[in-house]
Amino acid sequence: MKRTLRVIVLRDLLLAMRRRADVATTLFFFVIVASLFPLGVGPEPKLLRAMAPGIVWVAALLASMLSLERLFAADYADGSLEQLVLAPEPLVLVVIGKVLAHWLVSGLPLVLISPVIALQYDLPAEAIVTLLLALLLGTPLLSLIGAIGAALTVGVRGGGVLISLLVLPLYVPVLIFGAGAVDASTIGMEAGGHLSILGALLLLGMVLAPWATAAALRISLE
Amino acid sequence: MLEVIGLGCLRGERRLFGGVSFKLKPGGLIWIQGGNGSGKTTLLRTLCGLTQAMAGEVRWDGETIQVRGEDYRRELTYIGHANGLKEDLSALENLRITAQLAGQSVSHEQVAEALQGSGLAGREHLPVKFLSQGQRRRTTLARLRLPNPRMIWLLDEPFNALDTHAVAGIKSTMENHLAQGGMIALTTHQDVAIQTADIQTLQLDA
Repeated sequence: MKRTLRVIVLRDLLLAMRRRADVATTLFFFVIVASLFPLGVGPEPKLLRAMAPGIVWVAALLASMLSLERLFAADYADGSLEQLVLAPEPLVLVVIGKVLAHWLVSGLPLVLISPVIALQYDLPAEAIVTLLLALLLGTPLLSLIGAIGAALTVGVRGGGVLISLLVLPLYVPVLIFGAGAVDASTIGMEAGGHLSILGALLLLGMVLAPWATAAALRISLE
Repeated sequence: MLEVIGLGCLRGERRLFGGVSFKLKPGGLIWIQGGNGSGKTTLLRTLCGLTQAMAGEVRWDGETIQVRGEDYRRELTYIGHANGLKEDLSALENLRITAQLAGQSVSHEQVAEALQGSGLAGREHLPVKFLSQGQRRRTTLARLRLPNPRMIWLLDEPFNALDTHAVAGIKSTMENHLAQGGMIALTTHQDVAIQTADIQTLQLDA
C-alpha cells in the first residue's frame, strides 16, 4: 500500500520535473496577480494592509485552479488513468497519491513564496506567520476539493470552465477562514480560531474528498 | 477459471451485445471478433471491470469480479487501445512505473531486458514522444515480457501499428504464456495464427 502511494507520488513529481513550465505557470500567476494589486490601487500602506489577506487568498485559489485541469485529464487522454484504476490497490490510495503530488507541485511553492508577497503589502510579522500557517492548512484542502471537480469533468469538453463552476463555490469556506485568520492577525487579534477551523476542514477533506474523487473517476471512466 | 454468463451491454440507448457467455480455462485463448462498433472494446472493458455490465456477470473462480475486486485485478493485465504511456518519460521509466503500479516487482535489468526483447534496444532512454507509433506499441506490449506475468491478459488490438516482425514476437510471447497456463482474451482484425489447443472465437456482430 505504502509502495503504491510512493510510486504514484514519485511518478507525478517526475512528470512535473519534465514539464517545469507548467509548474512555473502556477507560481508566476500567483506572484503576478498578487503584485499587480499594489500597482493598481496605489501605495497607501493602510489600504494595502487591509486588502492583503483577501488578495493573497483569491490569488492562491485561482492559481490552484489553473493546474487542476491537468490533474486527471492528461492521464485520461493517454490511457494511463485506466491502468491506475486497474491497479490491484484501492483507487482511494491512487487518488491520495495524486493529490499529494499536486499539492507538492502547485500548493507548496505558493506557501513558500507567500512571505515575500506579504512584504509588498507591509503586513506585520505576526500576520506573515499567520498567512504562512493558513496557506499551509488551506492549500492542501484546495487540492483535495479540486480533485473532486477534476475527476467529475474528466473527458468532458470545456472541462476547465466546468471545474471552476463546480469547485469555486466549495472553496468559499477556505477563502473566508483563511483570509479571516490573516485579517485577525493584522489588527493584532488571536488567529487561533480561524486556523483551528481550517485545520478541521482539512481533516474532513482528507477523510472524505479522496472517496468522492475515486467514485467520480469510476463514473467518468465508464 | 474466468466465466462469463449472459453478459449484455448498452451504449447510450442502443444494445451493443447481449447473451454473451463463455468460459476461459488456463491455457485458453478467446478471440473476440466483430466489425467496427460491435462492442469488442466494451466487452474487454467489462471483463476487466472498467465498465459495468447491463446484464449478466463475469465470474473469477466462481465469484463475481466486483466481489473479488483487488484479488481479481492482481491477476490481470489489460492493454487497451490507448498505450498508457507518458510522453515525457522514457520507455524504461514508463515500463517500470506501469509494472510497479500493477504490483509487479521488477528490477532495472528485467525492465531493460523486456524492452530489448521488444526490439527497443538503444532507445530505452529516449522520451516516448520521440518514438514512432509502432515503437510506442512495442513499449506498451513489453509489459507482457516481464517475469512473473499476470494470469489473465486482456488485449485490445495488440497488433495495431506493429510490423510483421514485432507481431511474430508478440505471438510467440502469447504462445509461451498459454503454454504456462495463462489465459488470453483478445480482439484483433488480423489473422491469429497462435499455436494452442484451446482456442475459441466469439462473433459479436448482431
